[in-house]
Amino acid sequence: MNEDQIKELKKCSVILRKHIIEQVYNAQSGHPGGSLSCADIITVLYFNVMRVDPKNPQWEDRDRFVLSKGHCSPALYAALAEKGFFPKEELPKFRRIDSFLEGHPSMRYVPGVDMSTGSLGQGISAAVGMAIAGKIDNKDSNVYALIGDGETQEGQVWEALMAAAHYKLDNLIVFLDHNHLQIDGNISDVMSPEPVEEKFKAFGWKVVAINGHDHLQIIEAINEAKKSKGKPTMIVAETIKGKGVSFMENEAGWHGVAPDREQAEKAKAELDAVLAGMEV
Amino acid sequence: MQKKIATREAYGNALAEIGEDTRIVVMDADLSKSTKTEVFRKKYPERFFNMGIAEANMMSAAAGLASCGKVVFASTFAMFAAGRAFEQVRNSICYPALNVKIGASHAGLTVGEDGASHQVIEDISLMRSIPNMIVISPADAVEARQATIAASKIDGPVYLRLSRLAVPVLFDESTYKFELGKGVTLSEGTDVTIISTGYMTGKAVEAVEQLKSQGISARLVNIHTIKPIDKDIIIKAAKETGAIVTCEEHTVMGGFGSAVAEVLIENYPVPVKMVGVQDKFGKSGKPDELIKMYGLTAEDIVNKAKEAIALKKA
Repeated sequence: MNEDQIKELKKCSVILRKHIIEQVYNAQSGHPGGSLSCADIITVLYFNVMRVDPKNPQWEDRDRFVLSKGHCSPALYAALAEKGFFPKEELPKFRRIDSFLEGHPSMRYVPGVDMSTGSLGQGISAAVGMAIAGKIDNKDSNVYALIGDGETQEGQVWEALMAAAHYKLDNLIVFLDHNHLQIDGNISDVMSPEPVEEKFKAFGWKVVAINGHDHLQIIEAINEAKKSKGKPTMIVAETIKGKGVSFMENEAGWHGVAPDREQAEKAKAELDAVLAGMEV
Repeated sequence: MQKKIATREAYGNALAEIGEDTRIVVMDADLSKSTKTEVFRKKYPERFFNMGIAEANMMSAAAGLASCGKVVFASTFAMFAAGRAFEQVRNSICYPALNVKIGASHAGLTVGEDGASHQVIEDISLMRSIPNMIVISPADAVEARQATIAASKIDGPVYLRLSRLAVPVLFDESTYKFELGKGVTLSEGTDVTIISTGYMTGKAVEAVEQLKSQGISARLVNIHTIKPIDKDIIIKAAKETGAIVTCEEHTVMGGFGSAVAEVLIENYPVPVKMVGVQDKFGKSGKPDELIKMYGLTAEDIVNKAKEAIALKKA
C-alpha cells in the first residue's frame, strides 16, 4: 500500500459518511451513529479487499459480506452505490415506499447485498453457513461479516462463534465494530460483553485488535487473517460511534435518530472541510 | 397386521436416497439419531453438519448455505425448529425466500412420554403464518418419502412436519403420486367430509369405517400441503356434502382446521367442527392414552361428524 492509495480510501470513507448523513436526513429515520463508526471498515472491504463485480452481483466466486448489524444499512448502501451496484440517485430514497433501499438490507431487493439482515445475531450465523459452503466447494473466496459490540449480547452470536471454530472456518473474517455504545447507553452499563478479546480467543478464534478508523491497520489485519490456518479470525476494531461528525461522536443519542436540516448541513460542512483538506 | 413406519424414518431414508445431488446439505442439532438424518450422515458425511444444540444458529447458517446455491435440509424437533428458532426461520430463511427445508420431527402429542415441553401443538399455526413458507404434513411413510423428494425440487422454504410414532402405511408406493398443493380423496361420501392431515388421517380412516357401519356416508380428504392449501377440493366437499370436520394433531387455534375454515368462510360457508387440541398443553403418557385424553380418537371424529351433520340440518 502506498500513501496515495491510503489517501484515496480515506477520501472514499468521507464520501460514504456524507451519503450516510444524506440518507438518514432525507428519510428522517435511520441509524447514523453505528453507520459512521463502521464506514472505514466497509470502505476498505469494498474498495480495497473484496473480490466483487458490480456488473455481476451474483458471481459465484465472489467474496461475500454480511452486515450482521443490519441497521447500519446506510453505510453499506453508500458503498454499494459508489462501487456501482446501483445508481447513486437511489440513495436519497432510502427507507421510502418507492425504493428498494429497505431500512434493513434485503438481498432480494438490493443488488450487492449478500444476506438479508436486521435482526441482530442472525447475520454472523448466515456468514458461518456461507463459509461452510465455501469449504464444501473448495472455494478460494472469503466471507466477511461485521457485528456490533451490543450485538454480542445476543446468544446466537456465541453459537455462531462456536460453530465457526468447530468447523475450522479460516475463510471467515469477522469485524467487531467496538464503539462501546448501544441504544440505551454504554455497553458496559447495559450488559457488558467484556472482555471481548479473551472471550473470542476462548471460543477458538484468532483475534486481531486494531484501530477501526485506520485504513492501513484494517488492511493489515485482513492480510493477517488470511494467513490463518484452521481458525476463523475476529478483528476487534476499536471505533467511535458517530465518527466524523463532531456532535455525533460518542453520543448514544445518535444511535437511531435523524439529524434535522441544520444538523445535517453542519455535518456535511464538516465532512466537506475534511475532503477539501485532502485535496491540498 | 398393518405395516407401521414413522414419517421421520421415511424422511431420513429419502434424504439418503436423493443425496447423490451434491447440492444437498443436511444439518442437525444433535438429534440425528431421532430425526433420522443419521441415515444421510452415514452415506454422505462430507455434506452433513451437526450444529450442536443451537437451533438458532443452525437455521441462520442454513440460510447462508442456501444463499450459496445449496439445497439445505435443517432438522431438529418441531418444537425447536418452529418454536425456539421461529424468528431465524422467519427472518433468515423466509424473508429472503432461501432454499431451506426444515425437517421438523416429533411434532404433536404422539411424542408421548417426553411430555408437554416437547409436544409442539403450535407449529402449523406459526409456520403457515410466514410469507414464502410452504407447509407439508405427511400422513404416512409413503407420503413422507415423496414429500421429502418433492421438497428438494422446490426453490424456496419448506416446513416438513414429521412424527416420532410409527403409523400405519396408508398409501401404496407403486401407485401413490404426491402432488404439491393437492388434497387426496381417500373415500367418497355424501353426508359429511372429514378433512385431515398428518397422523390424524390414520384415525380418520377408522372413523369413516365406523360412520359407514352407522349408516353415515363420510368423504375423507387427506391434505398434506397445508400451505398452499387445496381450496378447490375443500369448496367442492362443502358444496357436495354440506358439512366439514377437520382433524389435526395440533391446537385448533390457527392451525390446520383454521386454514380449512378460512377457505370455507370466504367461499362457501358450511358447518365446521374441529378435532384437535383445545387450548391445552400436552402431558406425559403413551401416545394412545394421550390421543384419548385430548379427544383425537376415531370415536371423537365420529362424534364431531354427527355434530356437524346435525348443524347442517338445523
